[in-house]
Amino acid sequence: MLLIHCPYCDETLPEAEFAYAGEAHVSRAAVPSEVTDEVWRDFLFYRSNVRGPHYERWRHVYGCGRFFNAVRDTVSDRFLTTYEAGAPKPALTDLEGQK
Amino acid sequence: MSYRIPGRGRVDHADPVRFTFDGKSLKGLRGDTLASALLANGIHLVGRSFKYHRPRGIVTAGSDDPNALVETSRDSGRFEPNTRATVQELRSGLAAESQNRFPTLEYDVGEVNNLLAPLFSAGFYYKTFMWPRNFWDKVYEPVIRRAAGLGRAPTEVDPDHYASRYAHVDVLVAGAGPAGIAAALAAARSGASVMLVDENSEIGGSLLSEPGVEIGGTPAWDWLADAAAELEALGVQVLPRTIAMGYYHQNMVGLCQRVTDHLDTVPANAPRERMWRVRAARVVLAQGAQEKPLVFDGNDRPGVMLAGAAQTFLNRFGVRVCDRGVVVTSHDSAYHAAFDLADAGAVIAAIVDTRSEIRDDLRSEARARGIEVLASHTVTGTKGRLRIKSVRVNPVASGRVLSPRTLFCDALLMSGGWTPALHLFSHTKGGLAWDAEAQTFLPDRKTENCEIAGAGRGLWGIGAALADGAKAGAEAAGALGREATTPEFDVTTDRAGTGRAHEELPTDRNPSRVRAFVDFQNDVTAKDIRLAVREGMRSIEHVKRYTTTGMATDQGKLSNINGLMIAADALGKTPPEVGLTTFRPPYTPTTFGAFAGYHRGAHFEVTRKTPIDPWAEAHGAVFEPVAQWRRARYFPQGEEDMDAAVERECRATRASVGIFDASTLGKIEVTGPDAVEFMNRVYTNPWTKLAPGKLRYGVLLGDDGYVRDDGVIGRISEHQFHVTTTTGGAARVLNTMEDYLQTEWPDLDVWLTSTTEQWAVVALNGPNARKVLEPLVEGLDISNAAFPMMSVADCTVAGLPARLFRLSFTGELGYEINVPARHGLALWEALMTAGAPHGITPYGTESMHLLRAEKGFIIVGQDTDGTVSPQDAGLGWALGSKKADFIGMRGLQRPDLVAKGRKQLVGLLTEDGAVKLEEGAQITAERDAPLPRAMIGHVTSSYRSPALGRSIAMALVKDGHDRMGEIVYIPMENEVIAARIASANFYDPDGGRAKA
Repeated sequence: MLLIHCPYCDETLPEAEFAYAGEAHVSRAAVPSEVTDEVWRDFLFYRSNVRGPHYERWRHVYGCGRFFNAVRDTVSDRFLTTYEAGAPKPALTDLEGQK
Repeated sequence: MSYRIPGRGRVDHADPVRFTFDGKSLKGLRGDTLASALLANGIHLVGRSFKYHRPRGIVTAGSDDPNALVETSRDSGRFEPNTRATVQELRSGLAAESQNRFPTLEYDVGEVNNLLAPLFSAGFYYKTFMWPRNFWDKVYEPVIRRAAGLGRAPTEVDPDHYASRYAHVDVLVAGAGPAGIAAALAAARSGASVMLVDENSEIGGSLLSEPGVEIGGTPAWDWLADAAAELEALGVQVLPRTIAMGYYHQNMVGLCQRVTDHLDTVPANAPRERMWRVRAARVVLAQGAQEKPLVFDGNDRPGVMLAGAAQTFLNRFGVRVCDRGVVVTSHDSAYHAAFDLADAGAVIAAIVDTRSEIRDDLRSEARARGIEVLASHTVTGTKGRLRIKSVRVNPVASGRVLSPRTLFCDALLMSGGWTPALHLFSHTKGGLAWDAEAQTFLPDRKTENCEIAGAGRGLWGIGAALADGAKAGAEAAGALGREATTPEFDVTTDRAGTGRAHEELPTDRNPSRVRAFVDFQNDVTAKDIRLAVREGMRSIEHVKRYTTTGMATDQGKLSNINGLMIAADALGKTPPEVGLTTFRPPYTPTTFGAFAGYHRGAHFEVTRKTPIDPWAEAHGAVFEPVAQWRRARYFPQGEEDMDAAVERECRATRASVGIFDASTLGKIEVTGPDAVEFMNRVYTNPWTKLAPGKLRYGVLLGDDGYVRDDGVIGRISEHQFHVTTTTGGAARVLNTMEDYLQTEWPDLDVWLTSTTEQWAVVALNGPNARKVLEPLVEGLDISNAAFPMMSVADCTVAGLPARLFRLSFTGELGYEINVPARHGLALWEALMTAGAPHGITPYGTESMHLLRAEKGFIIVGQDTDGTVSPQDAGLGWALGSKKADFIGMRGLQRPDLVAKGRKQLVGLLTEDGAVKLEEGAQITAERDAPLPRAMIGHVTSSYRSPALGRSIAMALVKDGHDRMGEIVYIPMENEVIAARIASANFYDPDGGRAKA
């Protein structure tokens, strides 16, 4: 069972308190009616499916209830960092040291 | 005759224990395993193999034994198949039965498979269970499945219970041999909290089999007693009979502890096993190594055993496994087994060594005992039906196998060398490195905070294990910022050695007649592995699955490296190029009970009950699970079956009044200054103009445009909505709302609160609903004019604070009365009393489903399946087309959603109204078109309608809305049913009854 740091609670807690919520930084168009079918398709269905560091969303569902972002290595299943929703995407080069 | 040596071993010679094997009463000693007790009675033959039903004996002395699987029982309920005799401790009255044989272990008719072996080659299952089609369920399933099983499943409910526990420690040490004990001592002396676990009944590991070793001048077993005392004094938590079965992320280790299986009687309330989930700051893996068999013709005969196992049975259990043994080895360690057995009175006819160069000290020790050493020899066969009688050995010179000679024996002790137990390390995806000199894989790159000590990383001998363990323990403590010292150990009479790994041994016999086993339990031979390679398997993972090597209950502990050596040789590659298959948890077979722990029976999953549930139970309701709720499905009277009860309930509701517990409906309170804007963005419908006090049916989509949920929503005030969801969708809908609110529209000032369990809800439906309700209502005029269809208001009902909805999910005049949950039962009883003069009838979910189907109201998840748009479902009217955006609005414009040919929800009326369709049945446009016939849809809901006096159905049909009146066909097994497409609004189509 993973241990996950909730950036809102500022505590590291067991995975059982959290729920995975898909890839992070997939933004919904501000005015969806103005985007092309291709843009909307990509928003709905296209995901990076990376082997390695993956930006993803989690929800502290059995805790504070907040959605937050994380970078997790999909090979090692290790969290490189977690950060609040809306915060800028951390650069991977900054996370290497934490691997 | 007894093979027990008086006074020897760690068993209690003064405490005999009686047990039975295949009904025969036998005697063992306290401290025995079932295997050692059988061997003490001269019994090697304990079972039959899986495929060929070959007689098999005890091969190992540990949890890796592939053959010694027996059924054990304590009483009728406590029955276990596939108990490993080498693990099960002897207890008084233990009843053990051999498996996989009929009628007896000695004469097994299944042995005919052994003669048919050429038919059962590698990939047998893939090649055989194909055609003809009518063999699938008539021959293959019943006959071959039955023949193939391993042991019998218990038939009674397990009377035992299983516990689970969490623990947090500084250092967890897995394995309590010399390395593990030294690690635990070093870490604990620094003040760290330490847990030391071992699968055996006592700590000691290899020390238990090597009493001759002296550590710092102290005999091994005295040193062990001192160490145990110090561990206790230091507060180390020592768990014997506990297997570290899985190593999970961030140093969580799963332990399975056997609590009662070794006890003569089970103490009241004691769990049989306990699963531990231990989170350790540091882990020390000290699991030791496993001895490998050698691969030669007839290496599976009872009496053929690992040399190290024979040594353990002798030194730990005081059992001499033979009168006259032959040793065959490629490793020095087997010499010590031979010497110990010779010193204990057995004749060792010869030590057959595959190597040409043999250490001088071993040669001279053998000579001193009169044991012949045959260097550069191979084994080419064994004889003896139920127990080995002789072994055929040949010299090998310049790669040629020369003439054989026969050695008579009653046991053949083999050693193909040792391989580190890499399993737990591999669970962490730790990298392995091939050690070309030792010809073995060793742990390399670590992914977790762990150390590996002793034989587990290829260090042989007690002295090396102690030193390495102490170093690992000190490093673990040091990593936690503690001061730890590494003690020195002065070990004398240590018996470390070296050896080499082999593919199958060379032979002078016709290769097609050689049966050299790699995986004993699954009956996989060296020939099978070579055949798999010839038939195109290149990856070791494919070879494994094609031949089933390594897939037995020992999970390849004995067979993996031998199988790899042979596959690598066949592929012309080096072993590291071929690589090992993946080790996965659990390390050893683990009971379902241990995994389930407390989660069984009523505790398997939460059962949510409404406040009205006790009334339903008292009145004989039949329940069904819906999401996690248990809901009353129908209320049978007398001898009624479901159909009869449902028909009565529906007729009563349409004729007078029915009452229904709707408390499980999901409820979400949406409040805040931006509540209406939020509702506009989430649900398809427009909400701005919905006045407080009014209800609207809302549809929730995903952003792909498909229907996700629905429900009636009330505007309570300017800034407050009372949202209802489907019973199963409540948590999902709230999650979706929270997701969009937190991450897409954080600027909106809105609060979301689940109120599902705060409200109890009772639905009253039927033409007399108002007559029942009206006298109970205070503070509200509920006349049709003052409180019309789709109204909501707070009032008092039966003296209880209530929120009253007027809506209809049945097509009748209907109300849903919400009261605080604690008043739910009182409300229900008040309505039952008030409704008695009108024959008020409780109905359950089955009638609710039928009544709504008569109106064509959808159930999300039954009539929709996640690919149905609101237009497909006939809900296009619920789309707020003037809105700028709502979840799914853009999705509805996707090319696929506006294209022709979509499946649309329609009603279906069978031509013969007495025929009811099957839900899920496929629909075709033509009756007799050639196969394969195109399917144009399927039936989603189907009932016998009491109101219409015929069957009705709903279906998703391609372009269904344009096919009104057309006939379609539903092909069933024995007939083709014709049905006409119609509106699903079967009953009271203009809706006058609900508005009355």
